[in-house]
Amino acid sequence: MMRLTAGIGALMRHREAGNFVMIVLLAIVVGLIQPRFLTLETLRNVMLAIPLILIAAMGQMMVIIARHVDLSMGSILGFSAIVAGMMFRDMPDVPILIGVLVAILVGAGLGFLNGAIVTLFGLPSIIVTLGTLSLYRGFVFLISNSRQVDPQFIPRALIQMSQTSPILGIPWLVIIAFLTALASYLFLDHMRLGRQIYALGSNPSAAPLRGIRVVPVTLLVFTLSGALAGLAGVMYAARFGYVNPGITGVGFEFTVIASVVIGGVSINGGVGTVLGTILGVILLGMVNVALPLLGVSEFWQSAILGAVIIVALLIDRSVRISGQQALAAERSAR
Amino acid sequence: MQPVSATDKAPMMSLRGITKQFAGVEVLRDVDLDLYPGEIHALLGENGAGKSTFSKIIAGVHRPTRGTITLNSERVEISNPLAAQRLGITLIHQEPISFPDLSIAENLVMGRTEGSLLKRVTWGEMTRDANRLMNLLDIRIDVTKPMRGLSIADQQMVEIARALASDSRLIIMDEPTASLTPKETAILFRIVRRLRDEGRTIIFISHRLEEVRALCDRVTIFRDGNRVTTDTIQSLTDTDIIRLMIGRPLQDYMHKQGTTIGDVALEARNLTLPGTFEDISFTVRKGEIVGLGGLVGAGRTDVAKAIFGIAPAQSGRVLINGQDVQIRDPSDAIALKLAFVPEDRAIAGIFRSLSVEQNITAAVPDQIAPSGFIRRSLEKGIAEAQVTRMSIRLASQRQPIGELSGGNQQKAILARWLLTDPEVLILDEPTRGIDIGVKAEFYDMIGALAASGRAILLISSELPELLALCDRILVMSEGRLTANILRAEATQEAIMFAAVPKTTRQIEGVA
Repeated sequence: MMRLTAGIGALMRHREAGNFVMIVLLAIVVGLIQPRFLTLETLRNVMLAIPLILIAAMGQMMVIIARHVDLSMGSILGFSAIVAGMMFRDMPDVPILIGVLVAILVGAGLGFLNGAIVTLFGLPSIIVTLGTLSLYRGFVFLISNSRQVDPQFIPRALIQMSQTSPILGIPWLVIIAFLTALASYLFLDHMRLGRQIYALGSNPSAAPLRGIRVVPVTLLVFTLSGALAGLAGVMYAARFGYVNPGITGVGFEFTVIASVVIGGVSINGGVGTVLGTILGVILLGMVNVALPLLGVSEFWQSAILGAVIIVALLIDRSVRISGQQALAAERSAR
Repeated sequence: MQPVSATDKAPMMSLRGITKQFAGVEVLRDVDLDLYPGEIHALLGENGAGKSTFSKIIAGVHRPTRGTITLNSERVEISNPLAAQRLGITLIHQEPISFPDLSIAENLVMGRTEGSLLKRVTWGEMTRDANRLMNLLDIRIDVTKPMRGLSIADQQMVEIARALASDSRLIIMDEPTASLTPKETAILFRIVRRLRDEGRTIIFISHRLEEVRALCDRVTIFRDGNRVTTDTIQSLTDTDIIRLMIGRPLQDYMHKQGTTIGDVALEARNLTLPGTFEDISFTVRKGEIVGLGGLVGAGRTDVAKAIFGIAPAQSGRVLINGQDVQIRDPSDAIALKLAFVPEDRAIAGIFRSLSVEQNITAAVPDQIAPSGFIRRSLEKGIAEAQVTRMSIRLASQRQPIGELSGGNQQKAILARWLLTDPEVLILDEPTRGIDIGVKAEFYDMIGALAASGRAILLISSELPELLALCDRILVMSEGRLTANILRAEATQEAIMFAAVPKTTRQIEGVA
């Protein structure tokens, strides 16, 4: 019994534990009410709901760990998607890979611009990206003449990425998201540069004193965030088969930031893991799939989603506090 | 102690003509100094005398406007902290700067310069290295834990370990003992002496003369941006040092004005908060200054917080002017004309980003807003009177208080509480971290407050301060009152004897 309690205690000291428990509980509860939830079909739906968010969440997570935020992500996604979509429409011979690369580069450029404004003028990123959220969206309308890129122009091979699978029936889209997460993990957890992002967010004023080059690191996280939003943009075209300047990516930043924060990434910077963010994305994705299955009305869905965010944060907070108390107890015992 | 003479070795670092201007104001003027391997070198001076700027120039935080630095007979440019680190120079800040969310092991290696940024982080190796360093310093801490949970003392140990990791030959410590207990200080001193004996150079900045005397080999004194003197510690008396720092002897400051002591203003009876303090009973009379001494962690601040209603006692009574009172929160205490100037002004005292005016008038909203709306003219006038009365040095009353020096911030906090016209003042370490000149003003002020009939409870860890100011000195040890010493009978030994826990009397002396 003692060992069990200690084991649970050790588990709970991991920030990811709260979300994991939430995901399991949610699956059980929803499964009891609506057995249809516990089917492969649902699993597939959840799996398709999350890749876009997961890819972008990896970028947003890095920005938030560095004690910034990127509110313009939805517009960057829209921008990249429309550029790629128009390219496919107006230059049908362009290979898909080029379209993907262009989308990523456009996203990276817009992200870099965010970072440049933040670092050059020392402005808070929440304001800068609030501005570029609107600015970039405006350009989406301007370059597209407010015209949608219709499904017939999106290459079939791209659309099939959300259906065909190279292995185990897992769609390409999911695999790309997984590889993005894996790369993010290796970068953030096992590379010096990645660790510097944590250090910068944990104590920005100490960072330069320890030889961390604040401006390049900040530019890097915004650029990466933009690039991943760009990748998510072209994946959006793959998933939904069209790009609409007034729809694609609108409100996307809300879902992404919510997932990241639910995943235990501290808005105060310095804290957060890839695993936690993945769990956050899955949790939110599950809620999104479960609510319609349960017959919850659309109006309630939004309210419940909001409640889930707050409950997840409360759980995260209590886990963190118990961890700190354990630390303090160890200290006084010494 | 190994006295280091200036002749038997070549200097490891020579500084010549170091001058620094900030926005045209000269804060350092033509400072020359030689530092030798294997010495602990104290920098003394009032706040603003230039010792901090000087050490920051050595550490690459600031660049000198003029002057040259020679390291091991080679001219060097220390253009940034990274360059300093590469040259084997580490600055340990008073509040250690760290990355609280990262593990201790990561804090040790963060910012190390060798290798590419894309290099892999090998966690196992990092943990092993960190443990090895901590073992060198005889510190047992789990290096995989986040930095956030560590005490200031442990954080400083981590900083020292970091200096060792990069094999620093010159370690600058800026007021490392400011928030350490005597026991932690003793451990720190042992380690610093060992570093010295290994041939490293340590620059030690402190306001506490007894520490400088116990630890340092040579002393350099700064005043108004000039280096006034450099000498071995043995050849300077305390009086010499203080005279050189401020130009006047300290005795002039330390005096208690004769006051008549009146009725009991504050009485505590059997105050108990289990696990924190037990059965605390004492009185403070009008016009009386009662000291509350003891070691850090003895429960002194907790008693003050209990009386002021911040964390009330579980049992026991508080009487004001002989009347039983219930103080459930600070607003009750303020209504009863109590005032509490807390120890940690950064946390409990000031509103950093608000102006000096707003800070001073924060406790008296009725006086600046008689109609419910704040009247700027009243706010300005009231604050102005206090600024003059306390001689608070500032650029403008409207500047954020966070820009003032520590001593002037503390004056502003005291001014705030005096506006409430308190009858009982509880001062918790009011002079911690402020320089001797401003301290003297504080002593005068506290004396004058008592002379005007106010009852004062003064919590202080500085024995000379208690001895000089107080009519009576209470001493706490491990949550209990262990002594009530009258002024005539008070000695440093008597206070320390009562302060040291009787079960474990192994506290290592500082001196």
